[in-house]
Amino acid sequence: MTGTNRRGAKHNVPLAPAITDLEMLKDRPQVASLLQWNRSAVEGAKLDREELSIYISREFIRRACEHLKSAGLVDFLSDLTCADYYPRTPRFEVVYHLLSIRNKQRVRLKVRLEGDDPVIESITAVWPAANFFEREVFDLFGIRFLGHPYLRRIMMPEDWEGHPLRRDYPVEGYR
Amino acid sequence: MGHLSTTPVADPAQDSTMILNMGPQHPSTHGVLRLLLEIDGERVVRMKPDIGFLHTGIEKTCEAKFYQQIVPLTDRIDYLCPMVNNFCYVLAIEKLLGLEIPPRAQWIRVLLNELQRISSHLVWLGTHAMDIGAMSVFLYCFREREDLLRIYEMVSGQRMMTSYFRIGGLALDPPLGFFTAVKKFLDGFTEKIDEYEDLLTGNRIFIDRLKGVAHLSAEDAMALGVTGPSLRASGVDFDHRRDLPYSSYDQFKFKVPVSPDGDVWARYICRVQELRESREIAKQALEGLPSGSTKADAPKIVLPDREKMKTEMEALIYHFKIVTEGFSVPAGEVYQAIESPRGEMGYYAISDGSAKPMRIHMRSPSYANLQALPKMCEDRLIADVVAAIGSIDIVLGEIDR
Repeated sequence: MTGTNRRGAKHNVPLAPAITDLEMLKDRPQVASLLQWNRSAVEGAKLDREELSIYISREFIRRACEHLKSAGLVDFLSDLTCADYYPRTPRFEVVYHLLSIRNKQRVRLKVRLEGDDPVIESITAVWPAANFFEREVFDLFGIRFLGHPYLRRIMMPEDWEGHPLRRDYPVEGYR
Repeated sequence: MGHLSTTPVADPAQDSTMILNMGPQHPSTHGVLRLLLEIDGERVVRMKPDIGFLHTGIEKTCEAKFYQQIVPLTDRIDYLCPMVNNFCYVLAIEKLLGLEIPPRAQWIRVLLNELQRISSHLVWLGTHAMDIGAMSVFLYCFREREDLLRIYEMVSGQRMMTSYFRIGGLALDPPLGFFTAVKKFLDGFTEKIDEYEDLLTGNRIFIDRLKGVAHLSAEDAMALGVTGPSLRASGVDFDHRRDLPYSSYDQFKFKVPVSPDGDVWARYICRVQELRESREIAKQALEGLPSGSTKADAPKIVLPDREKMKTEMEALIYHFKIVTEGFSVPAGEVYQAIESPRGEMGYYAISDGSAKPMRIHMRSPSYANLQALPKMCEDRLIADVVAAIGSIDIVLGEIDR
């Protein structure tokens, strides 16, 4: 898409390629702080379109959130969602959009999850705001959050079968 | 949606309390919100919101659509401010594409967004006051909202489901007479706000019903993910338009109303102040409107003008290709947040490089704000629940998506 068309008009802003090397991003405050806290928790990082994503390993996500919060680097959970990369493995990526209202910065944490074992620790203890968001992810993707106070379906009826936002669930539903 | 659940909210061993079902067809729930209230006399002991009655699976539908076909879907999410949703969506996709939008289009988007904020706040003010018992304010508010709906109709042909913003700019340049109509509206609007305030701000009954009710502290608001005027009424000074500016908002001068009180009254005051500030921003947008094109120079993404389509072969080809095949978007992911009338509206888009998105997720402000409702209402009277629902200004279409 960044090429020229036949009349020679270009896209006005060519996209810079994403930086995926952790070494190049280790000076970012959020990455540096997490690396210093626990190197094994950080699986990787990515800077794409000026947005920083940090891959966290599954067992550390709650503590990583706690750490970033207590270090004063983030103070607000903007959004929590999931994406299904079926048929790729690991299949799911749970995405945490964190915001620092004080520093006016955003950071995205991501956790990769295998399709046959979609379980992750809940972060409701860090931000109660995660309650509805995690219920939504549970409902629509079938990912279970350990330690969630009330993990029930929120959008779909309670007796619904399947998880509609999975990629192998047909858009028009099962008939 | 837990309406099939037989599990009571309360502990059945407790005899003193009872469970009261409120909604989903209760007029003061602003849509189809169902609340399970555990009450002790008139006092609310616990509350559980039950949502999902309006779930239409918009996020799933997006997976099967071309990028440009999603714009009309976004209207339906928050039907009180469709253009704000259009705006957030197109900003997200433009960020994915790396498209630069001409200043004129950016300023018209800002102008329309502020008008949307005004019309959305007018619906809130009217219905909120009606919930409290002040019937006539509703009629005053809808009088001005009607003027605004006519303005949207001028620009997009639709009163409510506008779909006016496109990826890469606007659908069309606004028609003749549009700017005069907006100017006329804005010039008379300050007087109208004064009129609402005359009816409410000094009204003893209104003050008594609102002051000190449904208190939410700044810490609780931050922890529960509350955004927008409800957060600012709890004393947190944060507004995306000012602090993380998008679409030339950094070129506008405006104040962000903040109140430390955190009660329903503070939320009322913040929103009414926002009406004035929005008018101010719209006025600046109107006065400083740059000239030029309203579409980005990207023929593979933006539909060509009708005239060009009839005279240039390439324009015709591009038109055909965009309509039949869509346009591919470079792989990647973005999260774009804007300040909607209710708070942080965020679109998270993932592209796999094809013409259809892999995932579109909407972070709707009402969804998060609703979580603060139990905190506000617990240990208060049932009548205060109605005031609290009105004060967080929820739209159920946006919550259930």
